Amino acid sequence: MRGKDPVRGGDGLDARLVVERGAFRLDVALTARPGDVVALLGPNGAGKTTALRALAGLVPLTDGHLRLDAAELDRTPPEDRPVGVVFQDYLLFPHLSALDNVAFGPRCHGASKTEARAEAAGWLARMDLAEYAAAKPRRLSGGQAQRVALARALATRPRLLLLDEPLAALDARTRLDVRAQLRRHLADFEAVAVLVTHDPLDAMVLADRLVVIEDGRVVQEGVPTDIARHPRTDYIAHLVGLNLYRGRARGHTVDLDGGPAITTADDLTGPVFVAFPPSAVTLHRDRPTGSSARNLWRCAVAGLETHADRIRAELSGELPLAADLTTTSAAELDLHPGATVWAAVKATQTRAYPA
Amino acid sequence: MTRPSAADGSGSGGPRDVLAGGPAPVRRPRNRTRVRGGAPLPLLVPALLGLAFLVLPLLALLLRAPWSSMPELLTSAEVWQALRLSLVCATAATALSLVIGVPLAWLLARVEFPGRGLVRALVTLPLVLPPVVGGVALLMALGRNGVVGRWLDDWFGVTLPFTTAGVVVAEAFVAMPFLVIAVEGTLRAADPRYEEAAATLGASRFTAFRRVTLPLVAPGIAAGAVLAWARALGEFGATITFAGNFPGRTQTMPLSVYLALQSDPEAAIALSLVLLAVSVAVLAGLRDRWMTSA
Repeated sequence: MRGKDPVRGGDGLDARLVVERGAFRLDVALTARPGDVVALLGPNGAGKTTALRALAGLVPLTDGHLRLDAAELDRTPPEDRPVGVVFQDYLLFPHLSALDNVAFGPRCHGASKTEARAEAAGWLARMDLAEYAAAKPRRLSGGQAQRVALARALATRPRLLLLDEPLAALDARTRLDVRAQLRRHLADFEAVAVLVTHDPLDAMVLADRLVVIEDGRVVQEGVPTDIARHPRTDYIAHLVGLNLYRGRARGHTVDLDGGPAITTADDLTGPVFVAFPPSAVTLHRDRPTGSSARNLWRCAVAGLETHADRIRAELSGELPLAADLTTTSAAELDLHPGATVWAAVKATQTRAYPA
Repeated sequence: MTRPSAADGSGSGGPRDVLAGGPAPVRRPRNRTRVRGGAPLPLLVPALLGLAFLVLPLLALLLRAPWSSMPELLTSAEVWQALRLSLVCATAATALSLVIGVPLAWLLARVEFPGRGLVRALVTLPLVLPPVVGGVALLMALGRNGVVGRWLDDWFGVTLPFTTAGVVVAEAFVAMPFLVIAVEGTLRAADPRYEEAAATLGASRFTAFRRVTLPLVAPGIAAGAVLAWARALGEFGATITFAGNFPGRTQTMPLSVYLALQSDPEAAIALSLVLLAVSVAVLAGLRDRWMTSA
């Protein structure tokens, strides 16, 4: 289930980040090999950004360790860490041109002004920004500023690249372009990259491995497809658009915690998760008689939402669930909040996996 | 404070000459709030009285100015001497305040240490302390027999009281708090995350301060420096107490105004007008260049 296991003590990142701040406690273990792109995914306030700041040295560790390419970094001040950061709002120095922003890092690492500028010009060219070298940050568009910030972080040749919500500040249209570009740049990057996002799509497009954080703890990690198929918390299930329940399996039947039983195709025993997509749910006005579905519940429509050409119905009742249907069938069923419907799910469309 | 002086400046002939070279282009339209609907009399009457109280003395100065004899009064050697000394000392005091005041402001704004509140109070104290008391205190510290002055004299042969350097010290003592308070405010308003970004790029705290923070807060520092300079230029109490009143050496403009008032009132008015013109110029420059962007 886990991604590739990094070689402990060798190249790459090996960290356990413990940061205590008042009542909040972050305790996250992170490992990655050079070339890996790891996404920290989680709701707001989960501690993702704190984890990133701890990696950069901007927040001290209360406990734990931080090793990068076998070097201990937990007590190293941020300026001495081989770490580059792309901040959420980029934090480009407003009084410096794009070129001098990128040259700032090499200058701090001892390059002469000419060398640093030549290097910066190279990075800007690589980002297709050569013509904006003299521009001040306020004259750059969001996408351009993001690339300058990336060039600035890469120009110090970091062994760990950190990106805090790299696409959050962009509008929807630029976002697609920038995401594709960022994916290419991250693929070229030979060291470890860790990015923080609350957007599952960004995480899945950009990262090889997801680490899902909730309330300061890792609740699940793995490759994106695994996580999408086998979510372990409501948050992740909601993100990937699945109905998710916990229960206890006895063969093909799972007794859901505080709810009805559900028949599944998988044969398991003990505590399990059961998941099925909203599109697997069929709705009926009257109790279906000839249906082969073994899973049938009486529900009330709690809410309706339009997603492109489909309608998602939030249902309450013995089993709260989400169902997707076409606009036509929604009209035929005369769906409206408060309406009573029968929801059916085929056993073959559910998935059960050990909790 | 801005209103009466500015109004005075635009309504008179004298200060306008000084202003003529100065007015900087206005960056954004000024957003003056107008009284909405009309102010109630119990507020309006004292308000206008207050305005008159502040403006009238300055107007009187202009009305009584000996305009015909101004040229010769202002070109006399003593006036030039005093003016030159004032400008040199105020500038030196401002430079001294910048060198030690900006780092102090940074310390207060960016470093958490026990007793920071107390330190800030101590820094602010000279703002409210009567300048004469400041002068006496400086004598106790840096005078020939002072706590530190004794050693300065014994080891380096440096004597501060009653010298031009003493004027600079007295003025800096009184003026530096203005700079520190202004710069600390600007530093607090500046986003500290730029310093973090600089740190992640390999900049030490000092490099981050020099290459990122300093340029970002430069307008605030400039505004603070102008305030301090204006305060130093007008310094009287601490200067006369600590540095005395020797023409050419420690007799600055305010001191010569005070002396002239007893022997030659017309000269005192002329000298006062020069100081008023300088103040108006400073305010105009401050308001157009920095107050709008601060």
